[in-house]
Amino acid sequence: MGSIMFLVVLVVVAAWLIGAYNGLISLKNQTLNAFKQIDVQLKRRHDLIPNLVNAVKGAMEFERSTLEAVIQARNQAVKVNATGPEGIKQISQAENALSSALQRLMVVVEQYPQLKATGNIGQLQEELTSTENKVAFARQLYNDTATQYNTKQQQFPTNVVAGLAKAQPADLWEIDDQAEKAVPQVDLSMKPKV
Amino acid sequence: MSDDTSLNLFQQQEANRRRTVLLVIGFVAFFAWLGFGGDYIYYLSTRDAPRTAYHHVFPWFGIALTVVALLTAWYAYATGPEKVLWSTGARPIVDPTDPQEKQLVNVVEEMAIASGVPRPRIWIVDDPDPNAFATGTDPLHAHVAVTRGLLDLCSREELQAVVGHELGHVKNLDVRLMTLLAALVGAVALMHDGATRVLRGGTNLGGGGGSRGGGKKGGAGPLLAVLLAVWILSWILAPIITQILALAVSRKREYLADAMSAQFTRNPLALASALQKIEGAVAPTAAIKRGAAHLCIADPLGRRLTAHEGLFADALATHPPMAKRIAILRGMGYAQLKKEGGGVA
Repeated sequence: MGSIMFLVVLVVVAAWLIGAYNGLISLKNQTLNAFKQIDVQLKRRHDLIPNLVNAVKGAMEFERSTLEAVIQARNQAVKVNATGPEGIKQISQAENALSSALQRLMVVVEQYPQLKATGNIGQLQEELTSTENKVAFARQLYNDTATQYNTKQQQFPTNVVAGLAKAQPADLWEIDDQAEKAVPQVDLSMKPKV
Repeated sequence: MSDDTSLNLFQQQEANRRRTVLLVIGFVAFFAWLGFGGDYIYYLSTRDAPRTAYHHVFPWFGIALTVVALLTAWYAYATGPEKVLWSTGARPIVDPTDPQEKQLVNVVEEMAIASGVPRPRIWIVDDPDPNAFATGTDPLHAHVAVTRGLLDLCSREELQAVVGHELGHVKNLDVRLMTLLAALVGAVALMHDGATRVLRGGTNLGGGGGSRGGGKKGGAGPLLAVLLAVWILSWILAPIITQILALAVSRKREYLADAMSAQFTRNPLALASALQKIEGAVAPTAAIKRGAAHLCIADPLGRRLTAHEGLFADALATHPPMAKRIAILRGMGYAQLKKEGGGVA
């Protein structure tokens, strides 16, 4: 009788161990996948920006500095060679700079209704909004998944198997508060040439 | 918040898988009852017939109806999404040309990223009333459809929230259960119409047999009569039962899909204002028929019941009261604003 009870307990514990281990592995892979998604979206954004700048260049001679800031930030971001969740700090810094440069550009476009009136710019604006959203949502999904993963591996009793599953806390994608919250400066010193 | 929703999500996925299986089993079992029950009644009524007359021994009806039900369920599962989309007259967006469609594609792509499901196929229903629905068997084979009216009425953020709601249904496998149900409701209605004609002839035959059996053997009469009554009732009630099933499964999950949309967009107030706009457009969505009503974000039939809660509405409305959904979303929105330290205004 006693040995049967022991066996039952053993089976239950083993089943739980397997479940917890697999749960952690699955979350780990989800986290990695979510990170890859950010990469995909960032690459997409890098590819889009040169086209975008070319398209508005003619119409926006007067905002040369804003455009240049975007290009510069984009080139900086492309240059960052770090990969994987380890390089997350470097990547996020460069990308946040690019985000704020793009945001400034969007605000500038908003300021000039005649720019918006041309269909081209309207479409570009939509593309830009969508690209920014995609990056933001990919980041959000990564952060959500990583938080779930981190919580799981720290919580009792799953933390017992965390070592077994080689679970490491994943870095969250921090939003640089300075860059994100700064009010975009709009250069209105020159009147638009219409 | 994310841990809570993920737990809910997991439970909901499991519940949906289980309910889909139960639905198929129930569907097949119901038809098996109709078939084998008929066989048994026929058997009882021909048991005491003279030696030369027909004796119903082999359950042909039962086997035939069970096979038909199995095939129907399989067919419904395999072609359900197609059928639903076809019945609403939706057309796919393959190469978006006008800015509205392009924006829709962008918004769906964004929400697919936020929810972590593959990008679904996107459809437009050319109907001026704002509405949206999702269908499919799993996230890999999912479809999201919105009406032209929704595109015209909603801002980008509101559209995003509505699409987020639909992808919530996709992610927690609501679409599988609800699409199957839609297809089965259609199938039952069709079969019922056809079978009623057959049954009318059969009733006379069964009834006559029953009275004859009762005359000769006292025991079989009442049993036969009860069986016959229940059996005929089942035939009559079949479409009503499937309708009520369709209604009952859809209400609770609207709240969860609303919550998931809020999680994806981090903007519950956008969905609240979208729902308000959809509610404001009182006209029913003409393109969406009764069979697919439970798939939509808002009741396309514009029924008054949706405005109430209670026993009656619980039994007959496909959607929870809009006012309650909006109130819950507003609550989420204000809680979020408070947490971020901003004012409500």
